[in-house]
Amino acid sequence: MAIDQATVRKIASLARIAISDAEAAAMEGELNGILGWVEQLGEVDVTGVEPMTAVIPNKLRLRDDVIDADPLTGGNRRDDILANAPAPQHGFFGVPKVIE
Amino acid sequence: MTDLTNLTVAQIRDGHRAGDFSAVEVAEAFSANVAGAKALNAFIVETPEHALAAAKQADADRAAGTLKPLSGVPIGMKDLFATNGVQTTAASHMLEGFVPRYESTVSQKLWDAGAGMLGKLNLDQFAMGSSNETSYFGNVISPWRRKDGGNAALAPGGSSGGSSSAIAARLCPAATGTDTGGSIRQPAAFTGISGIKPTYGRCSRWGIVAFASSLDQAGPMARDVRDCAIMLENMAGFDPKDATSLDLPVPDWEAALSSDLKGKTVGIPKEYRLEGIDPDIDAMWEAGIAMLKDAGAEVVEISLPHTKYALPAYYIIAPAEASSNLARYDGVRYGLRDLPDGAGLQDMYAATRADGFGPEVKRRIMIGTYVLSAGFYDAYYTQAQKVRTLISRDFTAAFESCDVILAPTAPSAAFGLGEKTADPLAMYLNDVFAVPASLAGLPAMSVPAALNREGLPLGLQIIGRAFDEQGVLNAGLAIEERAGFTARVEKWW
Amino acid sequence: MSNYTIKGETGDWEVVIGLEVHAQVTSNAKLFSGAATAFGAEPNTQVSLVDAAMPGMLPVPNRECIRQAVRTGMAIDAQINKWSRFDRKNYFYADLPQGYQISQLYHPLVGEGSLTIEADEKAGIPEPKRIGIERIHVEQDAGKLMHDQHPTMSYVDLNRSGVALMEIVSRPDMRSPAEAGAYVRKLRSILRYVGSCDGNMEEGSMRADVNVSVRKPGDEFGTRTETKNVNSVRFVMAVIEGEAKRQVELIERGGTVVQETRLYDPDRNETRSMRSKEDAHDYRYFPDPDLLPLELDDAFLDECRASLPELPDAKRARYLAEGISAYNAEVLTAEVEAARWFDALLEAGAKPVAAANWVTSELFGALNRLGRDISDSAGQPGAGRRTARACRRRHDFGHDRQAGVRKDARNRRRRRRDRRS
Repeated sequence: MAIDQATVRKIASLARIAISDAEAAAMEGELNGILGWVEQLGEVDVTGVEPMTAVIPNKLRLRDDVIDADPLTGGNRRDDILANAPAPQHGFFGVPKVIE
Repeated sequence: MTDLTNLTVAQIRDGHRAGDFSAVEVAEAFSANVAGAKALNAFIVETPEHALAAAKQADADRAAGTLKPLSGVPIGMKDLFATNGVQTTAASHMLEGFVPRYESTVSQKLWDAGAGMLGKLNLDQFAMGSSNETSYFGNVISPWRRKDGGNAALAPGGSSGGSSSAIAARLCPAATGTDTGGSIRQPAAFTGISGIKPTYGRCSRWGIVAFASSLDQAGPMARDVRDCAIMLENMAGFDPKDATSLDLPVPDWEAALSSDLKGKTVGIPKEYRLEGIDPDIDAMWEAGIAMLKDAGAEVVEISLPHTKYALPAYYIIAPAEASSNLARYDGVRYGLRDLPDGAGLQDMYAATRADGFGPEVKRRIMIGTYVLSAGFYDAYYTQAQKVRTLISRDFTAAFESCDVILAPTAPSAAFGLGEKTADPLAMYLNDVFAVPASLAGLPAMSVPAALNREGLPLGLQIIGRAFDEQGVLNAGLAIEERAGFTARVEKWW
Repeated sequence: MSNYTIKGETGDWEVVIGLEVHAQVTSNAKLFSGAATAFGAEPNTQVSLVDAAMPGMLPVPNRECIRQAVRTGMAIDAQINKWSRFDRKNYFYADLPQGYQISQLYHPLVGEGSLTIEADEKAGIPEPKRIGIERIHVEQDAGKLMHDQHPTMSYVDLNRSGVALMEIVSRPDMRSPAEAGAYVRKLRSILRYVGSCDGNMEEGSMRADVNVSVRKPGDEFGTRTETKNVNSVRFVMAVIEGEAKRQVELIERGGTVVQETRLYDPDRNETRSMRSKEDAHDYRYFPDPDLLPLELDDAFLDECRASLPELPDAKRARYLAEGISAYNAEVLTAEVEAARWFDALLEAGAKPVAAANWVTSELFGALNRLGRDISDSAGQPGAGRRTARACRRRHDFGHDRQAGVRKDARNRRRRRRDRRS
């Protein structure tokens, strides 16, 4: 199914990517080209076929309930967390004021 | 004295161990090559101090008798791996200036094994591309040139194009790569080097900037098969921080290398014989079949019936995962923030992401967002994952009658920069032979096998059963020994 | 059948209520990272690289969180799914670092179950009523935004980001604010017996999304609204009352109820539309490719079942069988601490009926006068020997006291803020 520019803008908005009218126009053609091509998948008979869940047979491991067992995945590293923040504020991340 | 930068990983390791040269000499030689190759644009950040520090340690360790597996070996690190204290960008404007306070599992393993880092290697932005032309930091240029006497800049392949270019140009003996849909194998083929994508789950994904989680897999790129085995041994291994990591011991792949293929069967997938393919590719494939027969293998034709659907399935699954994986780049906690005057939070997101992502990344996020959106999820994503199951079953069935599969790595030799940028689909088709093994999570490698009529390298691909990296490496070695691929680039940069 | 109706100009309206209760799972560490979950830490200190969604970070699930959700499912006689999956719910918000919440849409851990609320004539619940529970799934909590600390900025604290929640989704089986209140109290009681959630609403360990619609008796379900993050039983009941009235008035004036997300303002006791969430409805759920399917074996389930304590309904039945009055049995079993205290008393040889009378009147009365909790007095059976009147509000969730605590906490936060700036 072909998508129009309004749809392109809707997807861009869902993906939080600002686009100009010119970009939307260009993207309309590109996306339709790609989507038209991937739609050939529709001709595959998938009756009784389960969607892929794990590409290599493997079981989900669960970890023990231990705080900071590995410093790489534990807390207490606020400096590291905030080191690259564009607007750190007294130990918080600052963002433009949100009105809820 | 020999030029140390002509040595392989194994030769550096062994020569250093034997006292033929110091690790500092090796590091300095490669760092000099790196510094002198700006024209290739293979590195985003150069870190000669890191390589030198590791080299000094290696020399001390030799004196103390405590050498490690990669002591004295400097390598290149694809700039998709987080490196503690060293800028990590995924070749994007979004992460320009981002300096992680953590080290990826794979790079940490390599440093623990004694390797040093020459720098962070350029790549396609967020690993999305097949030519390195999507990098925010400018495209990498292949050291290879056509023998027509012209000097058209060629693509080093992608997304690990900085890695491939740097190895081919002797800027580093080996490098890390990542492969989501061919990003190790295709650039290896384009530049006349070797590279292996191991079984999904062999190498931890922790600390690697994610593109498509169910497909991403790190692997080594190097000049020959042995070096790939050595590097992979020091990159692979169970990591409890990655829930998809394989809890298996790491085999001693180098020690078990053998090019004797007696008793092995090689499958030739008939669906990979594409209408109108470059005759040089076809000839290389035929030659490869003869080489494996010569090594003692039996060759049979096999069928992978859903091959033609692999690429379209990939271009639903990978963008879908990417659209979600890249949602974290929002300007709140790290990376670029674009805050227009008076903008609210949602405007900040849209402006930041518009500015921080390049056109190809945006295109894939848009596709991924669309195929997951309400009303389309089943038709696109679920259907693609079902087709993926069928593709995986094709391989399982094929491996009942063969041990490894032989095919070309890419449908053509390296193309010129700019030749395919206008048409995303034409670019995507470059990965037609690489993507099926990615979708099935199987180990696959590319080894250089021939030069085409333009004097450019071509690669053969070997795909193995899950967990059978050894079988893949051994078949690769058999080709390497027989192909006699010694061609190398003339330094022009 | 509840006799609660809204009297409209066009006749009587029935209110239909479903609740999605978010209960924080009791665990030391977060659902997918090793950072601590304790309440009240300095901002962004209990945040791992994983919780901050740094590039390349990956989730690994905490066994205890899964175990507690399974035990909770067993406590409401629910089907436990030995095969479940985590899905990503994609949306952008400053308190959601990954840009998606890891949740379970397609294959939840716990399927269909139920609980029974007791008869309460005075509240208009003439007989016990079974409330269906559609599912329980496990998901990540989001971080927290503070809006009042800077003139042009909001502040993001990720300490809660990644804490495990159970989302407990009821069927739309409730027909009055009282039924909804009883449901939340009963659910809270069960969670506290099981030990899977501390039920502490003022710290946000339990909060409810309240789905309300109205209809003429016998009609199809009307369009519902969802009021988010309601954090006390009293507020849940107030939301239902207010929202049902608003909807009836709207419809009778010729309007239509819009399916939307609303926010409750306790100070004005009204709900309002949350426009900031309006465009976020397309969540693009898909299975999280960083996580494999969650498969549980029989040994795991057996351990979960074996570790369950005697639950409130069974305990009440036992007390009734020992001759304790229905009222006392209800009071004694409502809170797990009281029940444990009383069981210890029985074990020490006390006579059930006399002991029940003494505990519910003398002890609870004394504790109430002292402003103390039964848990404070555990092990000190003499603590409340002085005269006291029975405390009838002990088992009634103490809303007023909680509202006070909340106000105190707000004031404390304000003071801290003032100090900083």
